[in-house]
Amino acid sequence: MFSLNEFWYLLVSILFVGFIFLEGFDFGIGMVSRFLGRNDLERRAFINTIGPFWDANEVWLISAIGAMFAAFPNWYATLLSGSYVLFVLLLLSLIGRGVAFEFRGKVEKQAWKNAWDWVIFFGSLFPPLIFGVLFSALMKGLPVESNMQMNAGFSDIVNLYTITGGVTLTMLCLWHGLIFATIRTMDDIRDRSRKVAMKLLPVNALLLLIFSGMTFFETDLFSNHSRLMLYTFFIGIFVYLLAGFFLTRKKDGWAFAMSGLILILSISSIFAGLFPTVLVSSINESYSLTIHNAASGNYSLKIMSYAAIALLPFVLGYQIWSYYVFRKRVDHKEHMEY
Amino acid sequence: MDTVILSRIQFASTTLFHFIFVPLSIGLVFLVAIMETMYVVKKDEQYKRMAKFWGHLFLINFAVGVVTGILQEFQFGMNWSEYSRFVGDVFGAPLAIEALLAFFMESTFLGLWIFGWDRLPKWLHCLCIWLVSLGTIFSAFFILTANSFMQHPVGMELNNGRLEMNDFFKLLTNGQLWVEFPHTILGSFATGAFFITGVSAIMLLKKKHLTFAKKSFQVAIIVGLVSGVGIALSGHEQAGYLVKTQPMKMAASEGLWENSGSPGAWTVTANIHPDEKKNTSEIKIPYLLSFLSYGKFSGSVPGMNELQEQYTAKYGAGNYIPPVRTTFWSFRIMAGLGGVLCALGIWGTYLLSRKKLQESKLFLRIMTIAIAFPFLGSSAGWIMTEIGRQPWVVFGYMKTEDAVSPGVTAGELLFSIISFSFFYLILAVIMVFLFVKEIKKGPDHDHEAHTKVVSTDPFTKEGYNVFS
Repeated sequence: MFSLNEFWYLLVSILFVGFIFLEGFDFGIGMVSRFLGRNDLERRAFINTIGPFWDANEVWLISAIGAMFAAFPNWYATLLSGSYVLFVLLLLSLIGRGVAFEFRGKVEKQAWKNAWDWVIFFGSLFPPLIFGVLFSALMKGLPVESNMQMNAGFSDIVNLYTITGGVTLTMLCLWHGLIFATIRTMDDIRDRSRKVAMKLLPVNALLLLIFSGMTFFETDLFSNHSRLMLYTFFIGIFVYLLAGFFLTRKKDGWAFAMSGLILILSISSIFAGLFPTVLVSSINESYSLTIHNAASGNYSLKIMSYAAIALLPFVLGYQIWSYYVFRKRVDHKEHMEY
Repeated sequence: MDTVILSRIQFASTTLFHFIFVPLSIGLVFLVAIMETMYVVKKDEQYKRMAKFWGHLFLINFAVGVVTGILQEFQFGMNWSEYSRFVGDVFGAPLAIEALLAFFMESTFLGLWIFGWDRLPKWLHCLCIWLVSLGTIFSAFFILTANSFMQHPVGMELNNGRLEMNDFFKLLTNGQLWVEFPHTILGSFATGAFFITGVSAIMLLKKKHLTFAKKSFQVAIIVGLVSGVGIALSGHEQAGYLVKTQPMKMAASEGLWENSGSPGAWTVTANIHPDEKKNTSEIKIPYLLSFLSYGKFSGSVPGMNELQEQYTAKYGAGNYIPPVRTTFWSFRIMAGLGGVLCALGIWGTYLLSRKKLQESKLFLRIMTIAIAFPFLGSSAGWIMTEIGRQPWVVFGYMKTEDAVSPGVTAGELLFSIISFSFFYLILAVIMVFLFVKEIKKGPDHDHEAHTKVVSTDPFTKEGYNVFS
């Protein structure tokens, strides 16, 4: 049986994985709408593919952070105060992006729309970049002291390894978004999205390989969970090849399932690889935060477990239903503003 | 500069800014839900126009409320890491449940509501907006559960140097929560209601969209009146609870240095000198303080000097008196505006029943100004609640100065304060601009043409089945 601490680590991981999988494609859409949409109608069509969903997708992040706070307060406190500037940038991106979707269509002026398109672009580019950097820093280790305080310098958080992680995650989201566009749009913009996705295929493969290689040398993940990491690595390669196979045969739905699976595998292997540590200390291994010394008390975890088990089926149920209600493809030849 | 002060500046400014949008969202969505229900029941297209127009304004407002709310959730860890460690066990749970129960509900059903006008049966579409409304109320409930815990900690014990939850039920039945929650929710309903009556009053004064404005006014003024009276009653309950649990805040909000004696007189205005611990030029109403505190015309309310001695004996040396002037005046602004809202609700209902609404220019003009009252009232209320609790962040357990992140530097704080304020300022300007624009467009601006559904069913042959 799971201990409560393990259960909550699993739940926080699932929330982060769900966030990257879901918001991953709408970050991708946000990055391409400005460039792949040739006119306002087409840009609007891209945005409308995620229109009804992006807000709920973002709640996965809010839940992940909320669950982190509740179940592992020390993890939450050390990480957020220790990487302060990174979180400020993340919040500024999310603030801009969130209002941009709502404000973009409110004024019928091209300059207004262009401005918000740029906000959407940067607001969609920075979060995956920042999360890529953060996740990599979590794996590589941060200067956590014996009292759980962290005074990380710039190079502790931003270095070659974490930047590679950030770029890799951003490119994966971009790719995932393009493939999402192929199942939500039609005709020429569908073909256009697929073509760009095809071009990104080798680039992303290379990035993933480089990042996996660096992870092997820079972190303890492969030595701590060697079998698991190797299996995921080879399954990852197989899934990646399948994605290419489906894309070339225009089986977009299957291709989307594969790009999603790549993201799920990547993020869950990070969390599995860290287990049972949640924040590796680069100063002294014994200072690392774990699912035990960072956690809330048993009573608190138990109460929240009841709440989560009771609520999650409903949450998943109505979210799936909303995807079903908006299952139709978005047409870019007619105007539609909300 | 001192990181405690900078962290407090950032928390206060971002929270107050966030709290401009929250009550308006809660109030507007509740009224929009009522309007759409009337549309479904009465099949009167006018109500659909109302739901769409006010719903549109709600959406602009909601967007800003959500993005400024995300910041709040991160801010505890970023700026108040010692607080997060100390109370995370208790404080985190309501926050996590808020996300799971309320945020998912709001965001999913709002997406369905915005994009689903033509895709869902009418009743189901109406149900969606009610679920959004319920979501906002749940959200308020859980965030106030967390806040009430800071005012009146219950359901936990001090273990291993931190507070650990031992009774979640006590957290949910916290007396503080059950005076704070109705007061805040009714305040939010009033905010939405007086916003709608105010904007409708502008339309009536300009003689535009007369039927629409009158009908909107009618629905909103009833909600305004009921919540106005409710605010007064629940506020009274809250004062009674305050005397019992946070007497120092009560004394500060009354500017009461010495015990009031029985019966206690209520101070209307006073010139407060915190350094000399005395007031000059006081105006007092006899008996009223005892009534406000205990619901009867006798009973002494303890003053700050005696409480300071008690607290020093209990918690050790230190200054336990909050900023008295701020607490005193924010309380008076809140209560005064609450009274004005009640009066306006009664006046408006009277005019409506006599069918004299459009004739009374004076009343309509006052109502347009009154849009601001609930915002000022609720901001003042929060200032009183939070400033009045100082120096404590968790009453009796942790002082604010011990709650900040020790690792965050003044430079980092300045960077975040400047960038958040800059962003928030831009947001505020755009919000006002968009509100004015939407109101000028009026309800007849054809939203319909733009929301036409143009898409192909993926399950038909020509619909490009996803997996084909």
